[in-house]
Amino acid sequence: MAEVVLNDVTKSFGETVAVEGISMTIPDGAFVVLLGPTGAGKTTTLRLISGLEQLDRGEIFVGGRNVAGESPAQRDVAMVFQQYSLYPHLSVRDNLAFPLKSPILKTPADEITRKVREVAEVLQISHKLDNKATALSGGEMQRVSIGRALVRDPAIYLMDEPLSSLDAKLRTDLRVELKRIQADLGATLLYVTHDQIEAMTMATHVGVLDEGKLVQFGTPREIYETPNSLYVATRLGLPRINIVPASIFGNAPAGVTQMGLRPEHIAQGEGQEAQVKRVEHLGDQTRLHLDLQGHAITTLAIPGQQYAQGSTVKISPKNPLCFDAHGARILQGA
Amino acid sequence: MSSFSVTEPSNGQKWFAGILVVLYALITIMPLAWIMMTGFKTPPDSISYPPKVIFEPSLEGYVNLFTTRTRVGQEALDALPPPETWYEEIVRERDMVIAGPSKFGERFLNSVIIGFGSTFLSIVLGTLAAYAFSRFKIPLADDLLFFILSTRMMPPIAVAIPIFLMYRNLGLSDTHLGMILLYTAVNISLAVWLLKGFIDEIPREYEEAALIDGYTRFQAFYKVVLPQAATGIASTAIFCLIFSWNEYAFAVLLTSGTAQTAPPFIPTIIGVGGLDWPAVAAGATIFLLPVMVFTILLRKHLLRGITFGAVRK
Repeated sequence: MAEVVLNDVTKSFGETVAVEGISMTIPDGAFVVLLGPTGAGKTTTLRLISGLEQLDRGEIFVGGRNVAGESPAQRDVAMVFQQYSLYPHLSVRDNLAFPLKSPILKTPADEITRKVREVAEVLQISHKLDNKATALSGGEMQRVSIGRALVRDPAIYLMDEPLSSLDAKLRTDLRVELKRIQADLGATLLYVTHDQIEAMTMATHVGVLDEGKLVQFGTPREIYETPNSLYVATRLGLPRINIVPASIFGNAPAGVTQMGLRPEHIAQGEGQEAQVKRVEHLGDQTRLHLDLQGHAITTLAIPGQQYAQGSTVKISPKNPLCFDAHGARILQGA
Repeated sequence: MSSFSVTEPSNGQKWFAGILVVLYALITIMPLAWIMMTGFKTPPDSISYPPKVIFEPSLEGYVNLFTTRTRVGQEALDALPPPETWYEEIVRERDMVIAGPSKFGERFLNSVIIGFGSTFLSIVLGTLAAYAFSRFKIPLADDLLFFILSTRMMPPIAVAIPIFLMYRNLGLSDTHLGMILLYTAVNISLAVWLLKGFIDEIPREYEEAALIDGYTRFQAFYKVVLPQAATGIASTAIFCLIFSWNEYAFAVLLTSGTAQTAPPFIPTIIGVGGLDWPAVAAGATIFLLPVMVFTILLRKHLLRGITFGAVRK
């Protein structure tokens, strides 16, 4: 395992700039999640680190070594693709052994057997080892795919939305499993997703990407509590942060035009009247959809309190996040 | 059980389809069956009218195909010791003796060397070229592909005379190498285009995964792409083999002796000692076999579906 450093990494495809000036340090043993919508440059960043794409500008260091000009094989990275991409002509066992048999690793046969068995046990696919890769279910395929990365001991594991194609239950199970494995191995892992729950639950660090740029990098808590822009604030949090004009509650601080209200920023009982449009019971929580002078607001119900559709609730902001007209964060009291 | 289904054909439709298939099979198998039958007829039976469907089988056609014979007078015939082998016996009945083996064996072997040689070469070059066209950014790739295809646009025989002159100057006339190169040149456009289609369908993720798993580009090609392209390679090989195996015009023009293939040789049998249809039919039958066996061997690869379902699209 090693530290991976990106310095001013830039890549364009024709006219489109996919990744622009990304600089970040992935500490040894960290679980870094890159978060962003489709087309934000997450996958391109992974492919640049792995060597599947060549940099236009900038540098990448793996364990202190500049990897410019090195082939993917030489870079000592393992990658899990979004699609299962198991070798369809091989059995599960041979798929898992494939990286170990490579001319770079040339693992002895008995060690291959041992490692394959170990990984198969961890991922609970031992009973499927002799199956053809194509004879597995989607979840099993993706587990084998992850297993094919785990049999190795690379400088860094790169994972490109490995759980996105799985059903909800399997996704939750594998998420927990993946975090446990990473923690046990002390592995360095760069994980790409657009799923904020995956980011919040697994990451030690989160990087938020917007149109090829890294807009904020920090712990999940930092990103959630002190986003540096409106864009970052909307990336994390369920229900999503509510954005309302700052003037709606009167006397806004100078320069503040928009206000971001997460449920914990909304105090109920006094302030502006809002109409209850809909009440959603999710079991563990109840969501309230309110209408505040034409602005839709989603917040959480106070447990035990009854809300009738069409009734009104008084709400006021409590330490809201403030943004200027361009969406940049304005720190209160500053 | 449901009485109506959208996907299952009805019994009537199944019967109709079945009858069509059987009819088509009969029509295509008829000439083949007739040639194989003729190979086992005696020369008089083969030209009898009305044609004989039921006849006494004879190996005379095959004996005549593999031997050259001379007619001898009755006295000389009587002076000979009794025939030692069954084929001598057949020949003696026609008042002839075996003068030696015919050239059919050699010509057949030439066909095998040239046919399989050019098929192998077309597939090797075609697969590499198709892979490059499929995966790499090649300047003017579309124009190059069109150029490759354009070599197929006129009948090959249209360039026969330039090729004849060129081969004479290069010393390639009537050589195995010359014929292998020529058939490869004709086949390669087909091979590149067919194989490019097959390789295009193999997702790049496999190679990328292999590259990251520690393999070089060529190893990834060899270990991951080739096994998945097996279907395409097999069917392309069959097309290439059928062309070079059956090719007649160039073979007549460019070969006469050492490298002559079976197609120009078989008709020469007709000229020797009258119209020996059973020998011609026997030659045709034997000539058919290798392509038939080759096709049957590769048949399972012709079924698609090897890569199905491994990558979610």
